[in-house]
Amino acid sequence: MNGPGLSPSRMHLADLLRTSGVGLRTRKLRAGLSALGIMIGIASLVAVLGLSESSKSDLLTQLDRLGTNLLVVQAGQGIGLGNAELPDTASAMVGRIAPVEEVSAVGDVDANVYRTDLVPSSQSGGITVKAVETNVLETLGGRVASGRFLDEAADEYPAVVLGSVAAERLGITSLESGALVWLGSQWFPVVGILDPIDLSPDLGRAAIVTVAVAEEYLGYDGVASTLYVRTDPEWVDGVMDVLPPTVNPENPDQVEVSRPTDAIEAKAAAESAFTNLFLGLGAVALLVGGVGIANVMVISVLERRSEIGLRRALGATRRHVAAQFLLEALILAAVGGIGGVLLGAGITAIYSQIRGWGVLIPGLALWGGLAAALFIGTVAGLYPALRAARLSPTEALRTT
Amino acid sequence: MSTVLEMSGVTRVYPGTPPVPALRGIDLRVDSGELVSVVGPSGSGKSTLLHIMGTLDRPTSGRVEVGGFEVGRMSDRQLSALRAQRIGFVFQQFHLLDAETALDNVADGLLYTGRPAAERREMAAATLERVGLAHRMRQHTSKLSGGERQRVAVARAVVGRPALVLADEPTGNLDSASSESIVELLEELNAEGITLVVITHNPEIAARFPRQVALRDGMVEADSAAVAVAL
Repeated sequence: MNGPGLSPSRMHLADLLRTSGVGLRTRKLRAGLSALGIMIGIASLVAVLGLSESSKSDLLTQLDRLGTNLLVVQAGQGIGLGNAELPDTASAMVGRIAPVEEVSAVGDVDANVYRTDLVPSSQSGGITVKAVETNVLETLGGRVASGRFLDEAADEYPAVVLGSVAAERLGITSLESGALVWLGSQWFPVVGILDPIDLSPDLGRAAIVTVAVAEEYLGYDGVASTLYVRTDPEWVDGVMDVLPPTVNPENPDQVEVSRPTDAIEAKAAAESAFTNLFLGLGAVALLVGGVGIANVMVISVLERRSEIGLRRALGATRRHVAAQFLLEALILAAVGGIGGVLLGAGITAIYSQIRGWGVLIPGLALWGGLAAALFIGTVAGLYPALRAARLSPTEALRTT
Repeated sequence: MSTVLEMSGVTRVYPGTPPVPALRGIDLRVDSGELVSVVGPSGSGKSTLLHIMGTLDRPTSGRVEVGGFEVGRMSDRQLSALRAQRIGFVFQQFHLLDAETALDNVADGLLYTGRPAAERREMAAATLERVGLAHRMRQHTSKLSGGERQRVAVARAVVGRPALVLADEPTGNLDSASSESIVELLEELNAEGITLVVITHNPEIAARFPRQVALRDGMVEADSAAVAVAL
């Protein structure tokens, strides 16, 4: 029986927002702390996603730059194989495989390199000597940090290029004063120092000479131990299969073929595994934040019984009361969520900057983070809101 | 003169073992423009009666009609609308929102009517002026004295010109001077046409009002209007 002039209780959205804000404005510390819980959870989620994405994209750029089409052929060094060597013909044979674009042979030279001739011969500093073909740097995609690489003209005279690690160990940082190293039993001028080579740490630790110089001055037998092979990217797997029989037709199983970029890909995969773990931890933090909000809201409903009673007396429906408290929880969660997204993005940006990665925060992390916060806020606010709505007006108004 | 409130055979029994009867058959009629005091010792059912008059509680049995609406047949949402638009409350504890200004507290009396905010504030300002608090409008109610706070609460109850205003011990928390000024305010508002039912245990105040209803043990012990009719 609805008589004339009685319209349903109505409330404007702006008023709902205002009433929901009352509890937050009057209890700022409590509101701030419970929003902080959500903020930490969201920030960790966003940061984990952002950092893993940034690091992964860095690895992918690295892979792109290095190229996944480099293969390394080495003599097998398993038990019972002795110190197997690659056959003399290996380099030439591999060069005849159609998709192979470049081959470069590297051999071990039995010699040590020293800063001066006064260092006892046992203190080699772990620096090896390698005899290389002059195209090796190009094949590996390496770069010269200073000076120049070996070239045909250098073939005729003793000259050495140092890998980045080798140069550091020998204490040679600049070529300006005409650095010399004691190699074998004579002085070699250092003509260049390399940048670190990602795909061949071996060469980084080596003093590098041309094959001709190694044969003439260092007693090198000309037998390569390692072949670096660049192939057509489309045919990498096929080339991997035919390399062993091509290199050593008699004993193909004594040939090891590897792809150095596999290690980087494995690293990327391992990082994804860690990402999942950290995402799980972030989700736990978020859950704890949600429990914090639920806790604060339950207390708030208990403390504000008389306000609930008053609002019912003023004509609020149960739905108005529920909406007020639910919205209050949502505002808390949204504040925490926005703060968390900003904090997480900030952490990602700063850490990526430090590591020299490009900053990459997936949009999913930003919107997903906010959505997760709101979802948690809804779940956390639902029970207290329903409790507030179910309170009978007379009970709410009773003060004793 | 139209009837604002009509109760017949109203009982209210609180469940328990044994059940507690708070009201045991109340028949009461309040006409528009009346100023009624309800007196009685504590435990006589005064507050329960006021809650049922204000549709905050439902009777166990009996019939209640407020402003022409039969309460028993209305849903919780409809009762909320009835309270928003036809009933005003004044409480002993004021029940003001101290985080808000006096103006916003009074405007909250219209919060659930669906009126636009500007209109609510305009009406609230006029009502605050009427109760003599124009100069306190922008103050937070926590800064006001007890008498001023109750004036704000009275203003909130009457801002929408409800058919019925219910006051539960409105002077119970006030000193005698503030108390006197609130009673005078209620009398003035009644003179302007507001229908008022005031619960009080102060016999002096009750005696000043044109009609007294005395409750005892959940029943109407005496009603001066009925006496007048009987005479």
